[in-house]
Amino acid sequence: MPVQIPKDKWPGQVRVATIGATEADGGTRTSVITVGGEKALPFMHFEAEMPYRPVIALEIKDRKPDDWSPLLLETWGEAMDAPGAWAKAAEAAGADMLQLSLSLTGVDGEPNTPDKAVTAVQSVLNSSGLPLAVFGPGQKEADNELLVPVAEATKGERIALGICEDKNYRTIVATAMANDHLVTARAPMDVNLSKQLNILITDMGLPLERIIMDPTTGALGYGIEYGYSVMERLRLAALQGDTMTQLPMIVTPGFEAWKAKESKVGTGVPAAWGDWLERAINWETLTAVALLESGADILVLRHPESVRRVRMAIEELMEAEELRLATGN
Amino acid sequence: MALSGIQIYKMLPKTNCKECGFPTCLAFAMKLAAKQVELSACPHVSEESKAQLAESSAPPVRLVTLKSNGYQAAAGNEVVLFRHEKKFFHMPGLFIRVKDDLTSEQIKAKLAPAEAYEVDYVGLELTLDGFAVESVTGDAAAFATAVQAVNAVSHRPLILMSSDPDVIAAGLAAADCEIPLICAADGDNWEAMAGLAKEHKAALVVNGRTLDELADLTEKIKATGVEDLVLNPIGDNLSQRLALSTQIRRLALKKNFRALGYPLFVAPMDGEDIAYQSILAAQGIAKYGGFVVIDYFAPELAYPLLVLRQNIYTDPQKPIQVQPGLYEINDPTPESPVLVTTNFSITYFSVANEVDGSGLPAWLLVTEAEGMSVLTAWAAGKFDAERIAKDVKRFNVADKVANKRIVLPGHTAVLSGELEEELPGWEIKVGPREAVDIPAFMKQVLA
Ligand code: B12
Ligand code: SF4
Repeated sequence: MPVQIPKDKWPGQVRVATIGATEADGGTRTSVITVGGEKALPFMHFEAEMPYRPVIALEIKDRKPDDWSPLLLETWGEAMDAPGAWAKAAEAAGADMLQLSLSLTGVDGEPNTPDKAVTAVQSVLNSSGLPLAVFGPGQKEADNELLVPVAEATKGERIALGICEDKNYRTIVATAMANDHLVTARAPMDVNLSKQLNILITDMGLPLERIIMDPTTGALGYGIEYGYSVMERLRLAALQGDTMTQLPMIVTPGFEAWKAKESKVGTGVPAAWGDWLERAINWETLTAVALLESGADILVLRHPESVRRVRMAIEELMEAEELRLATGN
Repeated sequence: MALSGIQIYKMLPKTNCKECGFPTCLAFAMKLAAKQVELSACPHVSEESKAQLAESSAPPVRLVTLKSNGYQAAAGNEVVLFRHEKKFFHMPGLFIRVKDDLTSEQIKAKLAPAEAYEVDYVGLELTLDGFAVESVTGDAAAFATAVQAVNAVSHRPLILMSSDPDVIAAGLAAADCEIPLICAADGDNWEAMAGLAKEHKAALVVNGRTLDELADLTEKIKATGVEDLVLNPIGDNLSQRLALSTQIRRLALKKNFRALGYPLFVAPMDGEDIAYQSILAAQGIAKYGGFVVIDYFAPELAYPLLVLRQNIYTDPQKPIQVQPGLYEINDPTPESPVLVTTNFSITYFSVANEVDGSGLPAWLLVTEAEGMSVLTAWAAGKFDAERIAKDVKRFNVADKVANKRIVLPGHTAVLSGELEEELPGWEIKVGPREAVDIPAFMKQVLA
C-alpha cells in the first residue's frame, strides 16, 4: 500500500549563530561552533536539511565550587583548582565548547573582582582553543561589574555573555555590542517573555544573529516537562515565521540535573534509587536527551560521561541518509 | 475521517421523534459530531449506520490493552502530536526483556528484583509494567520453559518475541496472561501469527522497514479479524526511528490514516549497551512509544525512566497538586516548629520527605498556591505574607502550637518582614534554600 508521507513545509527558519572567532576572524580560538539554521522540527531530515548539529558545552567555574555534588568534585579533581586546568580537562573530555560560570566570591569568601574575573577568563582562553560562553554569578550588580571588563579584555573573541534577563540586560548587551560578542537571553519558560526579551535586546541594536535564547529548563522530575513544551512551542513559532523566536536555543541540563537530590546526594536516599553515580549520569543524560528532541541547539553539561552519551545521541540523530519511509531503500 | 454533523444526520432516521432528548435528528447529529453525546441515546438508528458511525468515531490511534492477572498496560488513543496541545493520555508500558538461552534460575534471578521494583515519586508508587521473553534458541520447548520461569516470578503482562509461529504457539500455551503481546508478524509469517493472535485473543506487533510495508500488513491482518495491533517500524538508528515514529503519528492524527493508527513498539537491537538503551527508551517515551522494552533492569535506570514518563504524560494544564492544609510529620507536639511551603506536588514531597527523614517532629503548612513551586508562586503573587497568614488562620495553626515559630523557604527570605506584620506574636525564621538542607537546619537551628 503506497503511503503518502505528509511533509511539513514551514515558512520560517531559525537563524544561524557562530560563537568563537579564529585568528582569521580576529580571535584566538582554534575551533568555533555554529548552530541554528533549522527549517524543520528537530532531526526531521526528510523535510529539510538540518545544517548544523547541536553542540555540547561543559560548564566550568573560575574556582572550585562549594555546592557541586561530591561526584563532580571527584571527577574533575585537582583540575577544579585552576580554571585553565579545568578548561583543558573539559576539552579533553570531548566538549565542543566551554561555559565558564563566574563565582560571586572567591574560595576565601571575599567578593569576586573584575581583575580576578578577567584573569580567570584569560587563563581559560590560553589553555583551550574551544569557543567560550561566560556567565556572571547571577546577581545584577556583580554580573555587570564582572562581565564588562571580561568583554573588553576579550574583544573580538565572539564570546557568548550571559545571562541577560528582563531585569538586567542593558549593560551586558551594550558591552557585547562594543566588543563583538554575543549574548544569551533567558526568560522563565514562557514564549511571550522570550520574545519580549529578544525584542528589548534587538531594540538596543544588537543583531539577532548575536543572540542565543535560553528558554530556561528544569531537571527531570523537577519541571522538565514545562521546559520541554516551551521549547517545542518556541521552535514551532519560529518555523511558522515568528521572527523574534527564530534564534538557536541554549539550555543548562547539567546545572539543573546536578541540583536535584537524585544527583547531588548519595546517602540516606531510598534503595530504589539505585547506584548513585550511574543514577546521577542518567539524570543528566536523560534530561539532556529530552531537551535535544525538543529543539536544543546548545546543551550545557557537567559530567564527562554524560558528554559521551549525549554525543552518541546527537551523532545518531544527525544521521540523515535518505530515509526509507514510504518506498523502501 | 471524523464526520460532520450533516454527514451524521444523513445516517439517522430523520423522524425527529425526540427520544434522544433533542428536538430534531439534526440537533442530535450536531451534538454527536461535537462528541458531546453517545450514539446509543438514539434507539432507532440502523445497524448499518451504527457500524459506519462507530468506524468514523474510532480513535485515530487504536487503544491496545495488554491484560494479565489484574495488571494492565494500555497504549494508544492519543490525539495530539505535542503535549502542550492537550495532553498525552496513555503512558507507554515499560518492559524488561529476557532471552530463552538463560536457565530458569537465571531468568528468575534477573527478573525478581524488576518484578518487586517500586519507587516513590511525588507520592506515586511507580513500577515497571511487564516482561518480554525473546526466543534466541529457536526452540519451542526452551521458549515455553523460559515463559514459565518468568511467570514463576511475575504475573504482569508479557511480550512473547519470536519470528517462528511454532515457538510463539508454545509460548502462548505456557503463558499465564490474558492478553499478551505477540512480537512479531512480518511479511512471511503474518498469516500464522494472525491466526495465533486470534485464537489466543492476543495483541500482535507488526514489523516493517517501511511505512508501505507496515500499512500493507496491518490491512491484511485486520481483514482476518485481528485488530489489536502494535507497529514496530524498524529503524537502524535514533534518527530513523524518530522519523518513522513521527510519520506514523502524523498520518494517524492528521490524515486519520487507519492502516497506521496503532501504538508503537520500541525495543533495542542486539548488542546495544545499557547507555544506548537508556537513550533509546527516553526517545521512545518522549516521542510516541507505546510499549518500550529494555534489556537491563537497574534501579538507577528504571527510576529516571519512570520519572521521565510521568513528566511527559502530566497534564500541561494542571500541575500535580496536593491538598492545602496542616500536615503532621513525625507526630508533632505543640512545641514543634511550623514549616511553610506551597501545594505543588514536587515541592511538597521534596520538603515532606526531608522533614520525615530527619526524624524530627514538625508541622508542615501547605498553602493554597494553585499548584506552583515556591518561586513560581512567589513570582506570580500566589505565595506572599498575606496568603500565608490567611492559611495559618484557615487551618487553625495557632491552636495546635504553643511555641509560635514559623519557618519560611530560604528562597523567599524577603517575605519575613511582611509576615512578621501579618502574624503578630509569631517568630519568623528563614530556612535553607534547598530542601536537602532541612534536616541539618532542624537539628542546629530549631533544636
Ligand atoms: C517549572 C517552572 C515554572 C512552571 C510552573 C511549575 C509549577 N507548577 O510551579 C511554569 C512554566 C508554569 C512557570 C511559570 C512562571 N514562572 Co517559573 N519556573 C519554573 C522553574 C523552571 C522550576 C520551578 C520548580 O518546579 N522547581 C522545583 C521545586 C521543587 O522547587 P521549590 O518549590 O522552590 O522547592 C524547593 C525549595 O524552595 C525548597 N523548599 C520548598 N518549600 C520549602 C519550605 C521550607 C520551610 C524550606 C526550608 C525549604 C523549602 O525545597 C525544594 C527543593 O529544594 C523555575 C526555575 C528553576 N530552574 O528553578 C522557574 C521560576 C521559579 N519561574 C519564574 C517566573 C518569574 C515565572 C513566571 C512569573 C513567569 C511569568 N511572568 O509568566 C510564571 C508564573 C506563573 C503564572 N503567572 O501563572 C522565576 C522566578 C524568579 C524569581 N526569583 O522571582 C524562576 C526562578 C525562573 C527564573 N530564573 O526567572 N514556571
Ligand atoms: S432519537 Fe434518533 S430518531 Fe429520534 S430524534 Fe433523536 S436522533 Fe432522531
